[in-house]
Amino acid sequence: MSENILLKMNHIRKEFPGVLALKDVSFELKAGEVHALLGENGAGKSTLIKILGGIYSSDAGEIVINGQVATIDKVQDAQTHGISVIHQELVLVPHMTVAENIYLGREPTKRGSRFVDFKKMNRDAKEILDPFNLDFKPTDLVSNLTIAQQQMVEIIKALSFNARILVMDEPTSSLSEKDVDFLFDNIRKLKKANVGIIYISHRMSELMQIADRITVIRDGEYIGTRSSNETNNDELIAMMVGRQLTNYYTRTFGNPQEKVLEVKNLNAGSFLKDISFHLNSGEILGFAGLVGAGRSELMKCIFGIDPITSGEIYVENEMVTIKNPLEATKLGIALVPESRKSEALFPEQSVQYNITIKSLDEFIKGIRVNHSKEGAITREYVEKMDVRTPSFNQLVGKLSGGNQQKVVVGRWLATKPKILIFDEPTRGVDVGAKAEIYSIMNDLVKEGVAIIMISSELPEVINMSDRVVVMSNGRITGCLPREDLTQEKIMHYATQFVFT
Amino acid sequence: MNVAKSKTEKSKVVTFLTHNPLFNFGKENLGILIGLLLLSLILTIFSPVFLSKHNILNVLRQVATNLYIACAMTMVIILGGIDLSVGSTIAMSGVVTGGLIAFDGQSIVVAVLAGLFVGLVVGAFNGFLISRTTIPPFIVTLSTMNIMRGASYVYTGGQPIRVMSDSFNFIGAGYVRGIPVPIIYLVIIVIISVLIMSKSKLGRHIYAVGGNPVAARFSGIKNNRVLFFAYLFSGLMAAVAGIVLASRMFSGQPTAGQGAEMDAIAAVVLGGTSMSGGVGKIGGTVIGALIIGILSNGLNLLGISSFWQYIVKGIVILIAVYVDFLKKRKEGTN
Ligand SMILES: Nc1ncnc2c1ncn2[C@@H]1O[C@H](COP(=O)(O)OP(=O)(O)OP(=O)(O)O)[C@@H](O)[C@H]1O
Ligand SMILES: [Mg+2]
Repeated sequence: MSENILLKMNHIRKEFPGVLALKDVSFELKAGEVHALLGENGAGKSTLIKILGGIYSSDAGEIVINGQVATIDKVQDAQTHGISVIHQELVLVPHMTVAENIYLGREPTKRGSRFVDFKKMNRDAKEILDPFNLDFKPTDLVSNLTIAQQQMVEIIKALSFNARILVMDEPTSSLSEKDVDFLFDNIRKLKKANVGIIYISHRMSELMQIADRITVIRDGEYIGTRSSNETNNDELIAMMVGRQLTNYYTRTFGNPQEKVLEVKNLNAGSFLKDISFHLNSGEILGFAGLVGAGRSELMKCIFGIDPITSGEIYVENEMVTIKNPLEATKLGIALVPESRKSEALFPEQSVQYNITIKSLDEFIKGIRVNHSKEGAITREYVEKMDVRTPSFNQLVGKLSGGNQQKVVVGRWLATKPKILIFDEPTRGVDVGAKAEIYSIMNDLVKEGVAIIMISSELPEVINMSDRVVVMSNGRITGCLPREDLTQEKIMHYATQFVFT
Repeated sequence: MNVAKSKTEKSKVVTFLTHNPLFNFGKENLGILIGLLLLSLILTIFSPVFLSKHNILNVLRQVATNLYIACAMTMVIILGGIDLSVGSTIAMSGVVTGGLIAFDGQSIVVAVLAGLFVGLVVGAFNGFLISRTTIPPFIVTLSTMNIMRGASYVYTGGQPIRVMSDSFNFIGAGYVRGIPVPIIYLVIIVIISVLIMSKSKLGRHIYAVGGNPVAARFSGIKNNRVLFFAYLFSGLMAAVAGIVLASRMFSGQPTAGQGAEMDAIAAVVLGGTSMSGGVGKIGGTVIGALIIGILSNGLNLLGISSFWQYIVKGIVILIAVYVDFLKKRKEGTN
């Protein structure tokens, strides 16, 4: 590796009202290296990146690029310094096409005019999209894409800037294994081209695969930097959480009891075909598959968000028609949605509001609000989920990504559901909190709750599930009992109907 | 985990403070409260009559009708919408009430109920279209605004309908124990609105639907019911304002309430409610309406022409909103 240092961030400090997000963090990046940033939820990773990307300005410290002190006050400054950032929360414009999003703000114009040349734009976009072999077109509306597809658009957009420093804040949190491999191939290509890459992820296995060096920060402080072939998971986790972490997956397998949910021959839209499966109380039923296999779509149908065209749903052996989420909730079904930003959070409202919005019946009667009950519910789930927040009144939009996720999970737990559907429950959550969520899931199934867990993280599916349903292209292609769970078998069924 | 636990002690103090409505009200509206005080101070110095009981009641009476509408408008705007039809609903409910008394010899009770009904119908119509279709609220209420204005001209033939009835006049111009009745309505409406927004489930649902409609749906909230309610309430409040104005002027006038929607929107925005929805408080709107009311009153007292008053009003709104923008930027919300 060349000793050519691209970027240095020295003694960066950043304070938000009531929160010291970064105390004193230093970081350096060499050309052609992948340097990972690791830390718990709220450690300050995204804040550091946002300072580099010109979204926040630091209170102290300096940024040195190619040996020269750089001032980055706005996003354009970062771009002129060759920095391209993929932020944790997607920032695409939903009602624009893929191509329009990629070229937003730098649209190709017709010769000698200021009019956008859409033909050229779509052609150029096709050219950069093609090598990625994606199942969407430059002219597709972003709002019609799945979250993972949107994530790919973000990545491709960032790549298209020909950046010398590329920052990825949890790019894989909504990608499945196959997409991740694919992303890594591209990262390796970029490394060869001497691009420096800052990579943030809570998936430890990924860091070992792709990162050259790993820097750990904790509570806004620099803890240390390790080269990835001289360290291991345990050391990194200890650096991250400040203690040893035992028992990552907590799961006591019991005997699943009676059927609580059964779906028979369900068809919906033009995509979901002939879906049949059942769920028992006291079990975790994993749902695996490639992104776009139709898992989230299926759950939205069951939860009454999207209509079904035919088929039957039974809850506790009674046939039901679920027309909207309220009816689903009344039947004891809860859905922790896939995208916390667009489907779950009220960013301008407090942590308390966000946790209790589904439990209002418990403490509001008419216009009498039982504040102590409200506070007690909030406290219970803030503690249970270990949400790191300066107060219950902090706006949720100001929490770190992982802590936002914990708030969302807490909201649904507070409804005490009988059937709990988790769509990517640990997305963007740090190792410690993941272990916490697993142990909560375990407690819930012990109490007899039935859990469906959609996850793109195979180790999570394999270690937590009693059975795993595999979907591919809108169909169920397999259902594996715990004894048969291996990555290979799951991938075999997951690629059943995919022809590439 | 330990972090959360050590926080609980501290959060007790925080919880106490944040459940103290007065503390919150002051903290959230610090900027415009200072503005309101400064404005009053200046007027007290420059105009000897400003602080007289007569003038204060006068200001409040003017503020009242604007605030009926502005309270409902706050909900509508928090929901990410707008209601442009309130001005012409004022006219329509006024002329219907007046017409029923003057032309048809109906009793005042029947006439007033009919006037309120007009508001409910307009509100229900707006609410239905806005909650069941994807037509933007701006367009829907722009249409009803025109329809209602036209309807009041058609109904009256363009002429005011005179109602020479003392008991009708009492509704908008009477006094109870020295307090003008419109102010009594005002207090009731503000209290109801505050209770809805800060105490009821409906209020929380309004913030949810305004802040993130998709997430609200996932949370089992019936978005269309919430939307329907807000526009219905808005129509009803416009009708109340229309009847009070008609009673005060001894006549139902087809030209009444022109531009009323803009004053209401200005009060809401001055009060810190975001036009993009999801955030806002009735308390802020009350201060906003007071600022607008006191400003016009003060400019009148100082003998400044109404032509200039528009300009001053426009500038004040811009400054207030700009200061709010600066404050938000400093807090680092992107
Ligand atoms: N705009 C803001 N206003 C107030 N506090 C903020 C703001 N943005 C971030 N914070 C706080 O700063 C701290 C660091 O947040 P940051 O988003 O950098 O964490 P992170 O390491 O990226 O976590 P995650 O892994 O959950 O994404 C957190 O305590 C967060 O609550
Ligand atoms: Mg982050």
